[in-house]
Amino acid sequence: MNGASSYSGLVDRAFIFILGTSILLLIAVTAVMIFFIVRYRRSKNPNPAQIEGSTTLETIWTVLPTILVLVMFYYGWAGFKVMRDIPDGAMQVTVKAQMWSWLFEYENGKQSAELIVPTGRPVALNLTSSDVIHSFFVPAFRLKEDCMPGRTNHAWFESIRDGEYDLLCAEYCGDLHSAMLSKVVSVPADSFDAWLGLDAGPPTGRQLLTLRGCVACHTLDGKDLVGPSFKGVFGKTETVVLPDGTERQVTIDEEYLRRAILEPKAEIVKGYKDQMPEQRDLVTDEEVDALIKFIKGLQ
Amino acid sequence: MAAPSSVAAFGTTGSYLDTFPGRRGLWGWLTTVDHKKIGLMYAAAMFTFFLVGMALGFLIRLELLQPGTQFIGPKTYNSVFTLHGVIMIFLFIVPGIPAILGNFILPLQLGAEDVAFPRLNLLSWYVYMVGAVMALASLFISGGPIDTGWTFYAPYAVNTQTNVSWAVLAAFVLGFSSILTGMNFITTIHRLRAPGMGFFGMPLFCWGLYATSWIQIIATPVVGITLVLLFLERTLGIGFFDPSRGGDPILYQHLFWIYSHPVVYVMILPAMGIISEILPTFARRTIFGYKAIAMSSMAIAVVGYLVWGHHMFTVGMSDTARWIFSILTFFVAVPTGVKVFNWMATLYRGSIEVRVPLLYALGWVFLFSIGGLTGLANGALATDIHIHDTAYIVGHFHYTMFGGAVIGMFAGLHFWFPKIYGRMYDEKRATWAWGLIMVGFNTLYFPMLILGIMGMPRRYQDYLPQFSFWHMVSTIGSWILVAGILLMFFNLLRAIRHGKIAGDNPWGATTLEWKTSSPPPLLNFAQAPVVTTGPYDFTEILAKGHDPEAKSL
Repeated sequence: MNGASSYSGLVDRAFIFILGTSILLLIAVTAVMIFFIVRYRRSKNPNPAQIEGSTTLETIWTVLPTILVLVMFYYGWAGFKVMRDIPDGAMQVTVKAQMWSWLFEYENGKQSAELIVPTGRPVALNLTSSDVIHSFFVPAFRLKEDCMPGRTNHAWFESIRDGEYDLLCAEYCGDLHSAMLSKVVSVPADSFDAWLGLDAGPPTGRQLLTLRGCVACHTLDGKDLVGPSFKGVFGKTETVVLPDGTERQVTIDEEYLRRAILEPKAEIVKGYKDQMPEQRDLVTDEEVDALIKFIKGLQ
Repeated sequence: MAAPSSVAAFGTTGSYLDTFPGRRGLWGWLTTVDHKKIGLMYAAAMFTFFLVGMALGFLIRLELLQPGTQFIGPKTYNSVFTLHGVIMIFLFIVPGIPAILGNFILPLQLGAEDVAFPRLNLLSWYVYMVGAVMALASLFISGGPIDTGWTFYAPYAVNTQTNVSWAVLAAFVLGFSSILTGMNFITTIHRLRAPGMGFFGMPLFCWGLYATSWIQIIATPVVGITLVLLFLERTLGIGFFDPSRGGDPILYQHLFWIYSHPVVYVMILPAMGIISEILPTFARRTIFGYKAIAMSSMAIAVVGYLVWGHHMFTVGMSDTARWIFSILTFFVAVPTGVKVFNWMATLYRGSIEVRVPLLYALGWVFLFSIGGLTGLANGALATDIHIHDTAYIVGHFHYTMFGGAVIGMFAGLHFWFPKIYGRMYDEKRATWAWGLIMVGFNTLYFPMLILGIMGMPRRYQDYLPQFSFWHMVSTIGSWILVAGILLMFFNLLRAIRHGKIAGDNPWGATTLEWKTSSPPPLLNFAQAPVVTTGPYDFTEILAKGHDPEAKSL
């Protein structure tokens, strides 16, 4: 619950002011209500006073709340303005959301399924989605911004403490919405630089399965999830459904796997929904080869 | 069904429940143009849907009792919460109070024989039923139950293979029922007020319905158009909302909320009208600030049009748009506050008798105050960014819509029940049901506010371990709440046949519906009433002395 971003204090200040005032008002309204019910009960007060109204009171309880809500607006706006002013020179990270995984890309091309950031340095986020709307939500940073298909949204934060923070998808995005989780890992700046500079070469097939979010829907152990499991799939004969509804039998070979990754809508294995995003523009030829090689070996 | 003068005696005595101009029985009901019978037909349909929606809500809470999957997997869960929302909002809360209590009470309060267009009124019921059947049919025809959430956001709703097309067409049809009822009520209010009743002589429930009807007429076409666009997008792939075809998903959200924000005032304004009837009746004094309450309804209706963007603070709108919508949202809080202060002042120096309708009204003020006040953090930018799309929003929404609109409807049902059936329910049992509902409600929804601030997103089938405790509390609350609601319905249904005879004016109320018999005759009044006093003039009631049978609870 403790805020961990440079502006979380400002947000919490707005929360305390607004919720605190609200609680006081609620107590006041409830107390007055109960007091009147007891004080003016019929057995005690058989003769009611017929009071039509009072212009003075109407004016007071129109003007005072107006001032109060304007102060609330100010607190909200002040905290928000800081969130929107992205500092110059902030480290740029591209956030790629898809059903149902997160991918973070750094300026040097490094990719990660968790958002690793340096503590004490501003991080600017360029948020995108390759399918439906998702929302990047880190409660500890008091930060949320939607990932929209077809456009790039912007946000930033600066972590003020080392630690691991939950990262959740906050915009409903289908079957595994509640499993679209990751972490922000905030580490000291020098260990971050070391991690970022670490040249691990191109990702292996196994790493790609995580980075690209494949494992959100396809297991490696034979269990059925949203899509068929990868285990033992190579060499199997399956019935697939074409876009026009006709069915045919295919043997799963390298060619089929390539099509299934690049253009999944062309042939859907019978019994599964057509909901995998096309990867044509998202993976390179080398990456597809690495994926196929890994899946082939999973017997 | 205006009676020709030659048969003026027909329908002016006896109960409307036993009076049929043509055939009797089921056919008599299905062809009736009597606003009271149509109100009860809406009640039968809508409370059935309400119970279905409640069962779905109960299942959602049961699944969320503990982290992990209990008995509903993610796919089913997504359909269950979508159906809960679609049924509760489109089939129950939006049309609910106007169609049931508005239909029954509005002509009576105005001193009229019926609404302005009785046949159109019956048509509205049939249009509603067609829409409802379409919505339910979408469950069973190929594609399966919708899984988009009640907001049908593009592009998810465009891509999903579930039966979104049927559901949006159903909502489109339901919109026509709403528009027709709105037109009918506005005409009724303008043309059929009793002689002597000016606009500012109307009971405040009529003002609530008047403001609501304008929103229904002006805002509903926008959602109609939006849903047609979504339908065409799905069937023809036109590309209004799909960025890969040059469309924009944010456009959908603007269009959707231009209707769907004002429509929360469609849900709440009639409930505010009900509270404005109940408080003076049980305090036996005139309402404080009549004009301020009436005008604040209209102010809420107008300002409510301009605040839809606060549903979209995180979608990537320009920062300018965000702060403008934020400040406008705060302005809608002011007339709402004005109402609450006037209601409090109405209790001041009253002669208060606490009976069941007043208990509901007081409970309403408490729950709706939480609903309204928790809305302030949604209007402020910095705080809304954090709580947007979390359980906090779900909690806030239920405090306003369930605590506001539905508890307001329950208050109205208990208030007007003796008028509708001429019989009184068991007040002791009704008090127990009220107590269970209040305790269950807060145990169910208050934890959601806490969970949201902790960072629990909404529409989650599973959750992280730190959220477990409050989810468990919330689920226990749902059991108490359901018990209370079932007890309430049992008590009311039983009273239809077995309740004690209530008398024409059991509460000592002043508006016109209490000046005819209970239940009223088919044409409402034995003699057309003439109005000489304001709506809340208790001189006559007080002069008669205090009702010896009245007992405080």
